[in-house]
Amino acid sequence: MDLENQARIKELAEKLGPENLVVILGGAEAEASGLAAETVSNGDPTFAGPLAGVPLGLPAYHIFEDAIKSLVDPQVYDDQISMMEMVLDVDEIIKEVSTYREQYAKF
Amino acid sequence: MNFPVIKGTAYALVHAPNLLQAQGSTQTMERAKNPDSGYLSKLPKHLRSFSEAVNYPPNQSYIGNLLPDELNNISKPWYDNPLQGSTQGKYGEIVDEALFYGLLKISDAFDLVMLEKSFTAELKERLASESLFAQQAALLKDGEAMEDIEKRIQDHKAEGLQMNGKLVGCVKRAHDWDVNLNAHTMLENLVVKASGALGLKNLIAKNNIAAEDIEYIIECSEEACGDINQRGGGNFAKSIGEVCGCLNATGSDLRGFCAAPAHALVQAAALVQAGVYKNVAVVAGGATAKLGMNGKDHVAKDMPILEDVLGAFAVLISENDGVNPIIRTDVVGRHNIGRGSAPQAVIEALVTDPLDKAGLKITDVDKYSVEMQNPEITVPAGAGDVPKANYKMIAALGVKRGDIERQQLGDFVEEHGMPGFAPTQGHIPSGVPFIGHARDLMLEGKMKRMMLVGKGSLFLGRMTNLFDGVSFVIEANSGEGAAAAGDTDAVKKVVAAAMRAVADSLLEEE
Repeated sequence: MDLENQARIKELAEKLGPENLVVILGGAEAEASGLAAETVSNGDPTFAGPLAGVPLGLPAYHIFEDAIKSLVDPQVYDDQISMMEMVLDVDEIIKEVSTYREQYAKF
Repeated sequence: MNFPVIKGTAYALVHAPNLLQAQGSTQTMERAKNPDSGYLSKLPKHLRSFSEAVNYPPNQSYIGNLLPDELNNISKPWYDNPLQGSTQGKYGEIVDEALFYGLLKISDAFDLVMLEKSFTAELKERLASESLFAQQAALLKDGEAMEDIEKRIQDHKAEGLQMNGKLVGCVKRAHDWDVNLNAHTMLENLVVKASGALGLKNLIAKNNIAAEDIEYIIECSEEACGDINQRGGGNFAKSIGEVCGCLNATGSDLRGFCAAPAHALVQAAALVQAGVYKNVAVVAGGATAKLGMNGKDHVAKDMPILEDVLGAFAVLISENDGVNPIIRTDVVGRHNIGRGSAPQAVIEALVTDPLDKAGLKITDVDKYSVEMQNPEITVPAGAGDVPKANYKMIAALGVKRGDIERQQLGDFVEEHGMPGFAPTQGHIPSGVPFIGHARDLMLEGKMKRMMLVGKGSLFLGRMTNLFDGVSFVIEANSGEGAAAAGDTDAVKKVVAAAMRAVADSLLEEE
């Protein structure tokens, strides 16, 4: 996960409290999305960024997941996201992200 | 409209495993942060030999010896299924690192490159006998003593040039304090210049073009040359033209991340179509920083580090000759500022908007040349198959618009796409690598129309979060344009004569 994004998320968690934060991912690939979900919950597994050894426990959802998708105006979702649902491996992405969330998210 | 044509193309690669280790940003950052890293110690075992890089199927596609679609017939991983490749390609060549150090020296106008004496003697012989730079071999001079090179590195912060772990030269800093002229930056910029010159030399040689006929050069890579008072002042374009004997040209640098080549080609086409210049070359050199960019993932997955080549290309845009493929300057897509950066909006702006304007369906384009990154490099790094994702997006938009049925999505990707075959050098894979193949297919009557789509991630420069992209259509020449040009010239002459007559009569009246 991008080091700068790690720094931003760490700062937001410190400022707002991790219990008040949810991370919404838009990654195009299952492995990378899972890695991001793992990084914000259990810390950076590559030990490269600010979240190395910092398990914030944040829940991460992909925008494709019903829990998030159902909160979005259907027209906006159709304009912005629906095309990508046809392109990407939605099931694999959701499986990967939810696996890490269920394992490591504390909130 | 009298559209300009693609008169010629050239594509070159430089195998650069030593520059990869010493200058690639992944490696330099790792060395700074973690000098004892396991990655750095394992890295040398994952480097490829020159012949392995030459025989690598995607590299043969890049220089024109294999159609990209033919890569589908080669089992993956391609690095385990080498071809009997050649250093010489239909559109260019692959050069080894030693020869390239010679090109660095030839491209060095400020005596910044020092090469060791015996290394220089060997190179001089090779350059004179086996390179397009034979006439310039004398510019290597006699070389320098090793102790002088070592002293420059130790005492004056020069960057070493290695061959197989052995020091053979260095690049000096061009100023003691100016960060934009330090040795690291000078080396990166000289690499752009030398590899860009390799591309332009190949364009001239392989397409039987006279260097003197080129009137303008647009350089569209990703580095910036200048000093502390103007970091990107320029001008790579003119400096490359100088090396290549383009005595009648001037030029300028155009930047736009990976989208720069598409911007440059549209501008070159406009300059030619407007009659400002007859022949405009669009040229780009390679990116040292991107060598081994995904090396950590490649090493972790126990595969060769495939980002071991610098890329270069050159494309000549000329007046309509009635033969070569035309650039449809009336079918140009642009990602405008107000568009938003959702993938759907981007694909609409770049693909369907311009096609709609021309009354074309997405299936009317035979092949789309998008960001042609080699998936064998990007997939192990978690970045996916970039061209395939782009083709799926175009197809998915087609489904949403009703151009194709949902079940045809896979077929569309197969028919209108192709496997990625270009090194991940940012601007290098961005649409341009297929122009050479497409030009030949169109000249042979096997293809009617392609669309080039260049996209750029501007957020990397931290000036805007906006996405960027430009696209245009290239079409087989119907032969009508050249005749129309003749007519236009005739009309212009008649109008000019009439205006002169009016002016004369006015003068007489006075």
